[in-house]
Amino acid sequence: MKVVLRNPRREVEVAGNRRVKDVLRELDILPETVLVIRGDDLVTADQLVRDDDVIELRPVMSGGSEPRLSGTGHPRGEAASRSPLQTAPHASGTGHPRPDAAWRHSLR
Amino acid sequence: MKCRKCGAPAALELRRHNAAFCAPDFLEFFRNQVREAIRRHRMLTKDEPVLVAVSGGKDSLALWDVLLEDGYRTTGLYLDLGIFDYSVESRAKCEAFAASRGAPLVVRAVADEVGAPVPVIKEVTRRPPCSGCGLSKRYLMNRAALDLGIPVVATGHNLDDEAATLFGSVLHWQTDALARQSPALASTHAKLARRVKPLYRLSERETAAYAFLRKIDYIVEECPFARGATSIAHKEVLARLEDASPGARHNFVFGFLDRARAAFERAEGVTLNECARCGQVTTGTVCAFCKLADQVKRAAAR
Repeated sequence: MKVVLRNPRREVEVAGNRRVKDVLRELDILPETVLVIRGDDLVTADQLVRDDDVIELRPVMSGGSEPRLSGTGHPRGEAASRSPLQTAPHASGTGHPRPDAAWRHSLR
Repeated sequence: MKCRKCGAPAALELRRHNAAFCAPDFLEFFRNQVREAIRRHRMLTKDEPVLVAVSGGKDSLALWDVLLEDGYRTTGLYLDLGIFDYSVESRAKCEAFAASRGAPLVVRAVADEVGAPVPVIKEVTRRPPCSGCGLSKRYLMNRAALDLGIPVVATGHNLDDEAATLFGSVLHWQTDALARQSPALASTHAKLARRVKPLYRLSERETAAYAFLRKIDYIVEECPFARGATSIAHKEVLARLEDASPGARHNFVFGFLDRARAAFERAEGVTLNECARCGQVTTGTVCAFCKLADQVKRAAAR
């Protein structure tokens, strides 16, 4: 079956005829971080997907906040910009601590 | 999995509520959560206008949709950040949404107000791009509300945003920020509009599901500068906690609001002045926005 991923948009082929949650596990995606879309419908993690299905895994995480510049009387905390789903091994290079694979698996 | 209300096949599972809903019942659940937020914090009334800050993303357009459906007197505000194709596309999404609903939309460009778009501000200040961007947005939202005579600004911040902000503030024990974090901020000065976050009870996944099910055409692509933002790193940590323990984010934010926030509120507030240059509210003499604009102008002159 075909799985459409976003940010950037790409497609991967995985085995079908199993539950959505098994597909998510194979792709190392936390169920709560995506909408699972089939056609015009949302699909829950316990549903079966067939070999000829196409599903989109649309990330829901957005962000972009800021260390505050001092001296303004306005409260802080805007986050109106878009951002990627950060799931399985992701590019870093920003100096932020990222959970590594070992830690990820230890949470399961 | 079946809908908790009607027993039909479910479209969305909400693990933190130990529930699942079909599409129509989820949409009603969503609207009721917004209504509860507005009621509990006396955020809005239907008699006064509200400025809805929209980015073209799922949260702010979902918020605008609910407020329009419920009969609030809304005006949209889109701030054009000048971030390449991302801004072009997100502006188009907002304009299309406003046109489809017959709702007024005001557009202001950061480049016109600051003297340069966000990518240039980033270079000039040598700070993370979200820094100058967030500062500009907060300032321009408030000023637009004042210009338009609208007493309250509504933003699309959701539960995950609030949890990430709270997490960041706690990590660094930013007690000033903790005192200010709230779903509703009163006006503490004649030139400060009220600020409300009617989606604070709803997760990011729920706002995305609402936008999808309502067929709202929102921008799924990320802001090119968001990758690597600190708030995203915090959201990732919280997403893993939520996966291991559904409701963790909810309890973190609601526990803070119910039991901890008051402890950070100082007996005496900060002194608010009017900026010597632009007249907007600041704790200093010249506000951070004017200083930023000066910095941009100086760089342009070089």
